[in-house]
Amino acid sequence: MSNNPEKNLLEEYSQKLTFPLIALFIALFAGGLLIAWLGENPFNAFLHLFKGAFGKLSNFGETLVYVSPLILTGLSVALSFRCGLFNIGAEGQYIMGMMGAAWVGSIFTGLPAWIHIPLTMGAGVLAGFVWAAIPGFFKARYGAHEVISTIMMNYIALHFTGYLVNYVLMAPGGYLPATRVISSSAKLTRLIPPSRANTGIFFALASLILVYIFLWKTKWGFEIRAVGLNSEAARYAGINVTKNIILAMALSGSLAGLAGALQVQGIQYRFNDLFGFTGYGFDGIAVALLGNNHPAGILLSAFLFGSLNCGALQMQSVAGVPKDLIGIMQSVIVFFISADYLLRKKLERPFSIDMEEDSPGKEVQSNGTGLSH
Amino acid sequence: MEPGFLINVLAFIVASTFRSATPLIFASLGGVFSERSGVVNIGLEGIMLFGAFFGMLGSYLTRDPWFGVFLGMLVGALIALLHAFLAVDLRANQVVSGVAINLLATSGTAFLLQKLFHTAGQSETVPKIRDWQIPFLKDIPFLGEAVGKLNPLVYLAVVLVFLSGYFLFKTTYGLRIRAVGENPEAAETVGISVRKVRYFSVVLSGILGGLAGVYLSLGQMDMFKENMSAGKGFIALAAVIAGKWKPKGAFLACILFGFAEAMEGQFQLMGMDIPKHFLHMLPYAVTLVLILGLVGRSVAPEASGIPYEGRK
Repeated sequence: MSNNPEKNLLEEYSQKLTFPLIALFIALFAGGLLIAWLGENPFNAFLHLFKGAFGKLSNFGETLVYVSPLILTGLSVALSFRCGLFNIGAEGQYIMGMMGAAWVGSIFTGLPAWIHIPLTMGAGVLAGFVWAAIPGFFKARYGAHEVISTIMMNYIALHFTGYLVNYVLMAPGGYLPATRVISSSAKLTRLIPPSRANTGIFFALASLILVYIFLWKTKWGFEIRAVGLNSEAARYAGINVTKNIILAMALSGSLAGLAGALQVQGIQYRFNDLFGFTGYGFDGIAVALLGNNHPAGILLSAFLFGSLNCGALQMQSVAGVPKDLIGIMQSVIVFFISADYLLRKKLERPFSIDMEEDSPGKEVQSNGTGLSH
Repeated sequence: MEPGFLINVLAFIVASTFRSATPLIFASLGGVFSERSGVVNIGLEGIMLFGAFFGMLGSYLTRDPWFGVFLGMLVGALIALLHAFLAVDLRANQVVSGVAINLLATSGTAFLLQKLFHTAGQSETVPKIRDWQIPFLKDIPFLGEAVGKLNPLVYLAVVLVFLSGYFLFKTTYGLRIRAVGENPEAAETVGISVRKVRYFSVVLSGILGGLAGVYLSLGQMDMFKENMSAGKGFIALAAVIAGKWKPKGAFLACILFGFAEAMEGQFQLMGMDIPKHFLHMLPYAVTLVLILGLVGRSVAPEASGIPYEGRK
């Protein structure tokens, strides 16, 4: 950790990078084997994967389209992890953020862009904030475990927005269930046409820096991390654990909500009926874990996953390898990181997760057994 | 409405409640065993999806759906074995490893579908498990109509609820499972192998999760569809909590969810103007409310989710 000055910085970072890199190589190897099993040439497939992501400037632009939401959902999951919470609900918060932005983006017309753009973004952020604050409140007040409740909130978001887009906010005269197109005053500028890359990436990058400052340079962030390290000790030190749990969840949801807003403002310009989850929220879990729940790591892992997802499209169409291969490789990485837990626990004593109802008390117990090893 | 018609509708609702509850029952029994031994298995959702795929594949290859049942359970057991290895031997974070299983299931089954059937979305149709008619039951008025002719896996699910309850609370091995989940150190002190008991329970939960998936592809349908588990594994986990980690309690919660799903179909049949989205939302909202109402009174196994480090 950066707050451990006596340690050699280089040694520290190489130690942190080793495990994710091993995981990445094994995932690539597994992916290669699967491609060979399909009867295709792995090197050719990976070449098209790479070309699809970086071959031309516009491909790179498309990669950025995938990277921006992953940065934000990754940050979202990481922020909750830092408070000892597991927000599996980034997916639902992202969906609510899209809906909030599509609504505010389309009801106002004639506003100047410098008002309408932040207003629309704010609507997405607020929707995510509320959607995550609810399970946060349930956790803090009633001890309802956030893993189950955020999963439920995901499904409720999926069907609730489905209702809205089919009954309440459906664009008049359209054949497909979709909201109105947002006003041009709420749209973000495209950067590298014909790709859909837009200024949303700057907001994602700024969020990385803001989250870093928030978590490590402010009192609020310190309190959230203290609760995440040992909530019982934090309570003893006079930190309001209840407040911090709700705050951490709500902020985590805000980031996912912002991701949804940027998707609407920069890419889709409307909310289309979803026939299933988008996957950005779930991928955020992998991004956060691979990125060690740190903004710098998240930037790298979001970039990695984003380019894999983008390149997979060309790999599928040209080399004939199903893009689902990327999901398999991601799961291999997450498997490895789950096992890395023990190692990491010794290195930096991070969050502890358990399914207990009264988690704070149990956390001490689980940390206790962990460290007695 | 005529009384005869009403009874028909009621019998239909009871039958569809049981049909919808069956996959949840299998999976939640799996959740009970796993969590009772102290291992959280959030990967049940993914295990179900694997079970559904390999159930279909078994039936496709042999034209015998019962081979599909076997294959689905076998693959469920293997995936659970991986979870047990991570959770027990490597002391992995159990929620993270479960997330990995779910990720692998979604993309893995889609990948296999393309490799083996060269299609996306759904497989071709395969022989399904036919309904059974229960000799004496079918002649009883109302009951015969409601539960006299159902899929054999539905009956199996109900039988397993009672067997699991007996196993967990009346047998020595059941006691061991509970002991390991409550206080692994004490259990080890009296000579119980925490490792073996946890491996056994997690693999058992995988077999049950696989069976839940097989029911989806070979009981409810006659094919595999991408993502057909659709959150049922998570609802089953919620049923475990709502049922206070007891087979019968989880069963009742599953019946409640099954009823909500049955009513959804019923409303649609009767042409009632309730947006289907609200009905789809219902089980998840009910789950949320149940969890809120029950926490405090519903106590998880003490050591659930905590890797066991061994006696020092």
